[in-house]
Amino acid sequence: MSRLEIMTENRVQQAIDKLYQDLERRLSSGPTGLCPVDTALNIVTLCQSQSCGKCVPCRVGLGVLADLLKDVLDGKADSKTISTIEKTATGIIESADCAIGYDSARMLLDSLIAFKDDFTEHIEKGRCLSGTDAPVPCVRYCPSHVDIPGYIALANKGQYADALRLMWKDNPFPITCGYICEHPCENHCRRGMLDSAINIRGIKQFITENAGVIPPLAKAAPTGKKVAVIGGGPGGLSAAYFLSLMGHEVTVYERRKKLGGMLRYGIPAYRFPRELLDRDINNILATGITVKLETDIGTDISIDEIMNTYDSLFVAIGAHTDSKARIEGEDLEGVTSAVDLLRTIGDEEYPDYTGKTVVVVGGGNVAMDATRTSLRLGAKKVYCVYRRRQTDMTALPDEIEGAIAEGAELLTLKAPVRIEADENGRAVALWTQPQLPGELDSGGRPAPMNADLPEERIAADIFIMAVGQRVESDIFEKADFPLEWGNLKTLPSGEVFQDGKVFAGGDCATGPASAIQAVAAGKVAAANIDNYLGFNNVISTDVEIPPAQFENKNRRGRVNVTEREASERRNDFEYIECPMTKEGAEMETSRCLRCDRYGYGSFRGGRNTQW
Amino acid sequence: MVKLTINGKEIEAPAGTTILRAANMAGIVIPFLCYMPEINEIGACRVCVVEIEGINHLAAACNTQIEEGMVVSTNSSRVRKTRRTNVELILSQHDCNCPTCSRNGNCSLQNLASDLNILDLSIPSNVPENNWDETFPLIRNESKCIKCMRCVQVCDKIQGLNVWDITGTGGRTTVNTTGNLSIQEAPCSLCGQCITNCPVGALTARDDTQRVFDALDDPDVVTIVQVAPAVRAAWAESFGVSREFASPARMSAALRRLGFDYVFDTNFTADLTIMEEGTEFIKHFTHAAEHKWPMFTSCCPGWVRFLKSQYPEMVENLSTAKSPQQMFGALTKSYFANKIGVDPQKVFCVSVMPCTAKKSECDLPEMNDACGDPDVDVVITTREFVKMLKIQSVVVPLLPEEEFDSPLGSGTGAAIVFGASGGVMDAALRSAYFLVTGENPDPDAFAAVRGLDGWKEATINVPGAGDVRVAVASGLGNARKLIEAIKRGEVEYDFVEIMACPGGCAGGGGQPITLDHNLAGERSDELWRLDRESAIRYSHENTDVAMLYEEFLIEPLGEKSHHLLHTNHGLGDKH
Repeated sequence: MSRLEIMTENRVQQAIDKLYQDLERRLSSGPTGLCPVDTALNIVTLCQSQSCGKCVPCRVGLGVLADLLKDVLDGKADSKTISTIEKTATGIIESADCAIGYDSARMLLDSLIAFKDDFTEHIEKGRCLSGTDAPVPCVRYCPSHVDIPGYIALANKGQYADALRLMWKDNPFPITCGYICEHPCENHCRRGMLDSAINIRGIKQFITENAGVIPPLAKAAPTGKKVAVIGGGPGGLSAAYFLSLMGHEVTVYERRKKLGGMLRYGIPAYRFPRELLDRDINNILATGITVKLETDIGTDISIDEIMNTYDSLFVAIGAHTDSKARIEGEDLEGVTSAVDLLRTIGDEEYPDYTGKTVVVVGGGNVAMDATRTSLRLGAKKVYCVYRRRQTDMTALPDEIEGAIAEGAELLTLKAPVRIEADENGRAVALWTQPQLPGELDSGGRPAPMNADLPEERIAADIFIMAVGQRVESDIFEKADFPLEWGNLKTLPSGEVFQDGKVFAGGDCATGPASAIQAVAAGKVAAANIDNYLGFNNVISTDVEIPPAQFENKNRRGRVNVTEREASERRNDFEYIECPMTKEGAEMETSRCLRCDRYGYGSFRGGRNTQW
Repeated sequence: MVKLTINGKEIEAPAGTTILRAANMAGIVIPFLCYMPEINEIGACRVCVVEIEGINHLAAACNTQIEEGMVVSTNSSRVRKTRRTNVELILSQHDCNCPTCSRNGNCSLQNLASDLNILDLSIPSNVPENNWDETFPLIRNESKCIKCMRCVQVCDKIQGLNVWDITGTGGRTTVNTTGNLSIQEAPCSLCGQCITNCPVGALTARDDTQRVFDALDDPDVVTIVQVAPAVRAAWAESFGVSREFASPARMSAALRRLGFDYVFDTNFTADLTIMEEGTEFIKHFTHAAEHKWPMFTSCCPGWVRFLKSQYPEMVENLSTAKSPQQMFGALTKSYFANKIGVDPQKVFCVSVMPCTAKKSECDLPEMNDACGDPDVDVVITTREFVKMLKIQSVVVPLLPEEEFDSPLGSGTGAAIVFGASGGVMDAALRSAYFLVTGENPDPDAFAAVRGLDGWKEATINVPGAGDVRVAVASGLGNARKLIEAIKRGEVEYDFVEIMACPGGCAGGGGQPITLDHNLAGERSDELWRLDRESAIRYSHENTDVAMLYEEFLIEPLGEKSHHLLHTNHGLGDKH
């Protein structure tokens, strides 16, 4: 027997690790609407299987919790059961020797609080409040509920124009979404159980590039009703589009020179070429919408006048003002906001940063946009300074990696303290305090805390603050619109007041969010405005979806889009991705599991052909 | 056409056909439990799985479409083993006490387990507990439910009521009322279509046979039975005799063998309904401004329950005439009890109905107009009637023909067709025409309203009265479509007949259950045949009904009729 041996994992442990990986993927691809009590039971059971068995609370207690949860589900529990669960779980938290025990019980106690109503319903009435609520996960998670399996099936058959027309039923910005959608649809894609989620955004992009020019959808007969839309971004234009299809006369008021809102004035062209945005906008305007550009509400026309002229009103002004970092020197010359920079390049005015050093403050997508834009404006060096860790950044991982590849320096765990001015009052350096990750906050991210290290000085020529955006809600506040955290407050229907005439949505109601959320807000508002005006003009489609073929679904890789070489793309504002090829799109579309047809979809129907 | 091979046989079928249907067309049988053509093609039971060459997963034949060149095997070793496993899994959660199940001998699961020769279960059994209020006419047994979802689909797609839904998730997923309501709170019409489409004994109607036997056993009680028109087309289906042999007169003999003191016929009050409702319609039609339009028939309690829960604002459109069953009860405990000199409270009135909603109708608090007791004491379905015959070992093939008792035992051809969709309208038009013109129309003049179509319409010219626009719907999903069209102003009718069950009472929720066949059409044909062969085919020519008016009621819509034969459908004072 040797004194020491090199450790090799045995085959069983390797298999368990593999199963855990599969399980991890499966959990994140799971369906919605599950019974929380049943979920808690299964989590506790899995947790107990991890117990080493040494200590009483974990070895015995977790099993007791599982039995008690089974009693709840089997209708054998009474009011005492809950207190027994609480007592047992608390005991495990208090006394288990290691995390396998106390963290299991912590999860259970959390679920007891979160699912109180469900426990009560099971115990008192012997019934479950839950039920699988969505046959098709991607459609369920798309805020605008676009028929994703439908257009993937059409794309698989090469029917790109039909696929685009199908998208238009729920989303007038399909080209936009093919480029910049955050694709929440992919998060619960059932294909993830097998290998990885379908590349839905990539397929959508491929479709819109190959659909050709197609006429707009048919409009309902004119209703004689007039609707005003304030704000020509994705939310306002979506509402305008659907209302126009419903036969209403729509006028869009836009403060800036061009339509598009944050799609133009927030997203740099290398992520989304302007001419493609214009294609979506032209398709929307082809339904017959009046647009008044460079018209500021409150200056050029009053809210009262709009209220009196139109039968209904949709406010979608976005969130276009920057938040402040509230540090000394923020107003110095040489300090700008990312919002201002992106707005300037939105009108195709490009400042020259040649040879400059730039510091961007922030960790969100806008910070990445500012960082990568600065590189393209010729900056010699771009730092992105963030007070937490890279993994805590809210920017999409692809954006962060893209910025790094293009040469940006990420300086993490550095909290901005003040900006230093030179003798002329010009900003010359950012002072930061090094940080350490602290305890988790309620959102699960560690709160940064000061490290016992001296402040650091980062010298630069230009300082760009990207620490958030706000809604310019002042004039609406004066018009007695209700506000919440500076955003316009709306009902789930999009209504601002109970009378149903005034609606709001998009970033101005939610704070900065995604394009597809704004589209969805416009869709919701359009439906409810149509009803408010006394109509029920449905938006429908006659596109027929190819039947699902019964075929092998072997595990295989996801077709990702690639990017242009970093050292090349960092020099221009041309689009950075290399979209899918036809061959790639065919492979990727054939990976779709057709949840509209298999599983719960075959029972409840996989789609709504109208709304 | 698509060419494919199933079990080595080359076959052709139209594109879009499922493997199951293509196989059936070629004479190849694929077993199943949950499948219902067009209604439930969801591949839930996984019994119909088949093997497709080149594909590594078995396919559900019920909802997989054929493809060119497909090579299918429906009975390979892989299929046979998998199918057996799935049936064993179903059995492991099923209460297999077959001898005490109402569907013993008439159960898809029992047949399948037998066909597959499953003689023992290799899978441990874990039957969920049952917990249901068994006083309600519709009973669900969780221990027997196989979650085929047929009831959910039938209620949703055919009846448009969505009473049943799937609840819970994971292994505890089951069927229950939508929104977790109690069945009493749910908008259930009690049509019973979920029962007749349940492949096992999970859904049943409350069994009331013992209450009937108790009355028959009580020497102090005079037992009177009425039997609905549609029962005569279905009662003997399980006795191995032809429909012609199972004549109404043999049914009458069968009821007499059970020991009823008087064997009467709901046909009598069906004719009476025509007199009352027909007269009411003419009165409305000639004073159009005073009434809500259209007028709806009121003889189907499933439809009345539907209207009360779904369109309460239209309950006033219902004819005030009670259903024939309730008219019969009210007359039995007044006119007839008086005629035979018996205290009406000693009279026990039993109905044999093709219907489950009738069990609830006789319990309505307002249905006690004759003597304060319920006018009808107990309703048994056609199925319970058959059970009683079996309990009493009545040998149906040896029964003679015997007439119904008099006077509540006579009926015309017009009454018989109450049991088929369009029959009430047909009968009403025959007599309304006479009441207005003084002449009988051709009894087959209104054939446009007959048949199994879910929504039929016709315009009938009645000389002297004008054009009468009528419509007939059966199935509550069709009823909803018709009402919505009325509300949107797309259609206008004067008189509308609605039956809750597709095809009318012939396909009623209380009729004998035939696995995977719908006999509504065959039974309807039998009723129309009996009508054609009747000596009298007009309700107004029923001489016993005429005598009833002469001796007792005086005239249609008269004071006595108002008291005994009409109802406000629970809307407050009678109007």
